[in-house]
Amino acid sequence: MGIVTRLVAQRLALGLLLLLAVSVLIFIGTQILPGDVAQSILGQSATPQALANLRRDLGLNEPAITRYFSWLGGVLTGDLGTSLTSGGNILSEISTRLANTLFLAAVAAVIAVPLAIFLGLLAVRYRERWPDKLISAVTLSTISLPEFFIGYVLILLFAVQRQWFPSVATVYPSMSFLARLDAVILPALTLTMVILAHMMRMTRAAILNVMQSAYVETAELKGLSTFQVIWKHAFPNSIAPIVNVVMLNLAYLVVGVVVVEVVFVYPGMGQYLVDHVSKRDVPVVQACGLIFAAVYIGLNMIADIVAILANPRLRHPK
Amino acid sequence: MADDTLLDIRNLRIEATVYPPGEDPHDIVIVDDVSLTLEKGKVLGLIGESGAGKSTIGLSAMGYGRGGVRITGGEVVLNGRDILQGGIRGLRKVRGKEVCYVAQSAAAAFNPAHKLMDQVVEAAIEHGSATRTEARERAVTLFGKLGLPDPDHIGQRYPHQVSGGQLQRVMTAMALCSQPDLIVFDEPTTALDVTTQIDVLAAIKEAIRDTGVAALYITHDLAVVAQVSDHIMVLRNGKKVEYGTAKQIIEAPKEEYTRELVSVRSIGHDEKTADKSPLLSVRNVTASYGGSVKVLKNVSVELSLGQTLAIVGESGSGKSTLARAITGLLPPSEGEIVFDGRTLPPRLDQRSKDDLRELQMIYQMADVAMNPRQTVRTIIGRPLEFYFGLRGAERDRRVDELLEEIEMGNGFADRYPAELSGGQKQRVCIARALAAKPKLIICDEVTSALDPLVADGILKLLLNLQKRENVAYLFITHDLATVKAIADSIAVMFQGEVVRYGQKSDVLAPPFDDYTDLLLSSVPEMQIGWLEKAIAGRKMESAGN
Repeated sequence: MGIVTRLVAQRLALGLLLLLAVSVLIFIGTQILPGDVAQSILGQSATPQALANLRRDLGLNEPAITRYFSWLGGVLTGDLGTSLTSGGNILSEISTRLANTLFLAAVAAVIAVPLAIFLGLLAVRYRERWPDKLISAVTLSTISLPEFFIGYVLILLFAVQRQWFPSVATVYPSMSFLARLDAVILPALTLTMVILAHMMRMTRAAILNVMQSAYVETAELKGLSTFQVIWKHAFPNSIAPIVNVVMLNLAYLVVGVVVVEVVFVYPGMGQYLVDHVSKRDVPVVQACGLIFAAVYIGLNMIADIVAILANPRLRHPK
Repeated sequence: MADDTLLDIRNLRIEATVYPPGEDPHDIVIVDDVSLTLEKGKVLGLIGESGAGKSTIGLSAMGYGRGGVRITGGEVVLNGRDILQGGIRGLRKVRGKEVCYVAQSAAAAFNPAHKLMDQVVEAAIEHGSATRTEARERAVTLFGKLGLPDPDHIGQRYPHQVSGGQLQRVMTAMALCSQPDLIVFDEPTTALDVTTQIDVLAAIKEAIRDTGVAALYITHDLAVVAQVSDHIMVLRNGKKVEYGTAKQIIEAPKEEYTRELVSVRSIGHDEKTADKSPLLSVRNVTASYGGSVKVLKNVSVELSLGQTLAIVGESGSGKSTLARAITGLLPPSEGEIVFDGRTLPPRLDQRSKDDLRELQMIYQMADVAMNPRQTVRTIIGRPLEFYFGLRGAERDRRVDELLEEIEMGNGFADRYPAELSGGQKQRVCIARALAAKPKLIICDEVTSALDPLVADGILKLLLNLQKRENVAYLFITHDLATVKAIADSIAVMFQGEVVRYGQKSDVLAPPFDDYTDLLLSSVPEMQIGWLEKAIAGRKMESAGN
């Protein structure tokens, strides 16, 4: 296991390094945002004296380097700072939002990932025949439609006409798991349709690529059924590329769902971030940026690690 | 028809759709009206050059066609019924149960994601001919019988964890594990080193004899097939040329084409003695690829102008690395390379244009050594432009001369590599090397990917060119027959070291060192019973030690 441990440790270290670099970028980015926090808090009619006082209180007069390290130090000790606009603790504000976003992403992923892989396998089994063409046509159509459109169509069909699910995904802390699930089912379905095609096509392509191999011929010449050949002999060798695309889409579920959140009025991270960007609430924007970056880097790191573990040459060295 | 007939192929016709560049796709006939019968427990050798349709016929015994290949006529009667009539479901019951397959490259034919044991027992379990426990026991017995080390545990390994020769034995065990009536061996030893081939061949022969399974043994190497077959069928361009007992085919072939195959590799030339002042002298060269493992250890060889030095060795012996060191692709860590009286700079980018010009190279895979989107004219014309600044009509005239020299007409100048046969491609590569007017050409396994008769043609061409142009060859090969045909001096390499070096007549004459002896005694000879003698010779030797 020596090689695997070393490679995994390497990935982890790289991920952390990357996260540190991203934190620098986020900090610089928020510094060059146009506008002035003090000005936007106090409004146009503020006196210069009041603005100066506020800037001093907020620590805006310190050099950027000092502010970066005090921010980073806070982050490392679990203190994301205080929101400039609401005055509340960012960590506690964000944690409910983040939990909501992760819940929605998890529900969507639980539906979408197995479905995409199953459809991919099916498309390979019936390649160039009508099931393959139908699967591609449907998934490619849904990915071509804008998210908000799919969202409103689902609301129309299942909330207005049929009234099976609520049209507004309201969640609050005291809700039961099932009630919560019921609330997010429409946004989760919307997200599923958005990410399905990408993962399905990659599964199909990766497996078809492996289907050219000599060992697939060996399996066919053993008299195995086509599905056995695909599932037992082709799929295990195409995991690495599939996992990469799956993780990319999972990351999208966490960091890119603003539109769906708005359509379903869902209290997630996306909306929270957009609100605070418009208010120039720099500490909140930084915190959101850092969390998104961590999710993105983390998921891609997991994809790398799974790809390493899926390679028998690395898992079982000579 | 006798009762003990196992396989009866009648009037087999196989077609495929081809998509040639610039033409409409059309069907071509790959196998045309071939019939054969095989009795239970017998071995039939199918022999021919590439494109003869031998693999296609072998796979048809399983009702299988690669890619777009289709069986369009005839019957394949196995155990009394035509397997082509049962549809894909019927074929799945035959494949892996009544007929099993052993592929050329076991390294590619094993699934890298699963343990060997799981793959070996898969077909037997799938067809219900054994429970998992029974199949495993059977597999372990077979591993032992096939001479695999540690038969109880080797099944727990993954394909990449065992050597190529061992994998080929495991693949044979995989075929035998289903206890089939017939095994199709498709060039099972072609990808192996010659010293490994002989052991695997002996193991396969013994397994066939012990289990009483019948076999179709497909190969391009007549000397190999003569060792294992009862009967031999010679094929050419999808048609039967000759059929007979192994003895008759080898000792008294009737057809002209068979006679050519039997007498292949009969080229020889008079050995020249080395000059006092060699053209190339490699002095104490040591090299490695980054790590601490030395791929070349203190190698010294010399080569005179207009002569051929053959570097012989098996895979991993460092012979191609030596070529890389001489060409400057891999700068040696110690030692120097003296060429035409001057010491060559170790790195390629430090060498002058003349250094580059005088030292050309030809590769094993002519396919990938040419840009598929350039015409032959552009490919051969490139060194003419680069080294001599020839352009336009002048360049074209020289290209035509070179095509003449390699015995190809100037009608080939506007073809693309894909429109050439394997032998023609290699000839174009030779012309490209000659275009630079080099003093030394490094030939790296240039005939290994070619059929024997085509390879003979290339060797004859190289010998003629050497006489005419007085060019020296450093000839890297694993094939001793080629060496005997072309070399003036020989260096035998083993694990990065030169273990034997000198004039051809000295190197190939006893007394031998152990490795050279093993190498020489492993080369299959065109005679029935050679395998038994060679194996017996080895056993006596090891008993003597």
